[in-house]
Amino acid sequence: MKSTRFDYLVFAGGLLMLWQLTYYAVGAEIVSSPFATIRRALELVLTNAFWVHAEATMSAFGAASLISIAGGIAIGVWLGLRRFAGDVASPILGSLYSIPKITLYPLILLAFGLGISAKIAFGVIHGIFPVAIFTMNAVRNVAPVYHRTAHIMRLSSVTTAMTIMAPAALPEILAGIRIGIALTLLGTLIGELFASTSGIGFALVRAMGIHAVTDILALTLLIFIFAALLNASLHFIERWVRHGG
Amino acid sequence: MTGSITSWLRSRISKVGAARTALIVLTFALLESLCRIGVLDRVTIIPPTEMAASLWDILKSGRFNADIAFTLFNVAAAIALATSAGFFAGAALHSVPRLRRVSEPLLSAYYAIPTFVFYPLLIVMFGIGRVALIIMGAMFGVVAMIVNTMLGLDRVPPAVDKVGSILRLDALRQLVLIRLPAASPHLVTGVRLAVAYSVIGIVAGEFILATSGMGKRIAFAYDNFDNKTMYGMLLLLLVGVVIVNSALSVWENRLHRRFGQR
Repeated sequence: MKSTRFDYLVFAGGLLMLWQLTYYAVGAEIVSSPFATIRRALELVLTNAFWVHAEATMSAFGAASLISIAGGIAIGVWLGLRRFAGDVASPILGSLYSIPKITLYPLILLAFGLGISAKIAFGVIHGIFPVAIFTMNAVRNVAPVYHRTAHIMRLSSVTTAMTIMAPAALPEILAGIRIGIALTLLGTLIGELFASTSGIGFALVRAMGIHAVTDILALTLLIFIFAALLNASLHFIERWVRHGG
Repeated sequence: MTGSITSWLRSRISKVGAARTALIVLTFALLESLCRIGVLDRVTIIPPTEMAASLWDILKSGRFNADIAFTLFNVAAAIALATSAGFFAGAALHSVPRLRRVSEPLLSAYYAIPTFVFYPLLIVMFGIGRVALIIMGAMFGVVAMIVNTMLGLDRVPPAVDKVGSILRLDALRQLVLIRLPAASPHLVTGVRLAVAYSVIGIVAGEFILATSGMGKRIAFAYDNFDNKTMYGMLLLLLVGVVIVNSALSVWENRLHRRFGQR
């Protein structure tokens, strides 16, 4: 454990050094120094305006995550239990997952207008497909012997779902949720970049507009820290479930 | 004769494929009729047949050929850069487990940040043009390739590695003749994702600021309420991505079957 912590410190130090060297190489017009960026990030966190934007982003991200997870699991379970429907839908889901959804921004804007619903829609079209695909595969990959065991024990379908299917499929579904949530965050931020008047993404656009390099990097750093923490906690839950939660 | 043709057709057209085609056709038919009867207004979306007609018109008139070529070239360059850099970075990280473990949080949170916020900085560095767009696309695609290269090298069965040592292959041959084929299904997954992400990076860059390109045309048509051109170009872009993606998926599945592990 101690050596891991040491490794992380060395790695973080190495990254900071690389960043500083890049700053020396290309200049403050393009990259702000790590020190200036971190100081700016701390300043931003202490302002009220930042939290107003953060709150706007978080409410859209929260709603989009809920829809992505609930919708993705519903679609995934349904398709996973019906072999034929799953076979029919699987490549379609794969294609929908891989299309560059950023190209759909004019469509989303025309359909939802500027505002929170466009941001949520953007988050959902990014996040729902990975959740659906992972859930479908998770349900399909439950070993047939579990089904037979449930049958032999004459469990009701509700009990089967709760005590056999859910625990067997859960780790993989959680992996899908982890990926889905990261993409939902990306989608929500893209929505804010192109189609919004509030939120962290909007603050980024404004910084881009006036070429405030330190602000761009400071906001990106904050988004990255948030995403990494979210990802790490979901990883932690996943591992806990996998190893006998 | 006819009997053999029918049975051949039957073997080719499966029930699943037929149902899938029917589903897609029905979806488009539904969209078409909703547009035609005016439930969806023309300011928001135009009927799919008009999108297809506009696409055909764009291709036939050739008025956007320069933009299409611009974007295609940039995407190809970005993919080449992302996959080659991603492969070597992935192989390097795979060989240093301690470095790999500490860089994991960085790699797995990477796709939550909208990388194209760095695009204006790239423009300052390289000017408006190909280079900034290509680097943007490569930055978006490279991490998917790194992650999948490491996954692929993880899945190389130890027995296969041992065969290499028994045959006394040198390190390079071991990599190229043994480990690369064994890891190939995941490498193709990496390429497929790198393609998808590079397109996102480049089109996003063209949306934000560019002198030409498909993204630029779509954004321009959107700003001018020219829905016909916009949806025609959108359809062209999406159809292109879906075709490339499906082709790579087929290849990927074939490799998975051939090398027998998932």
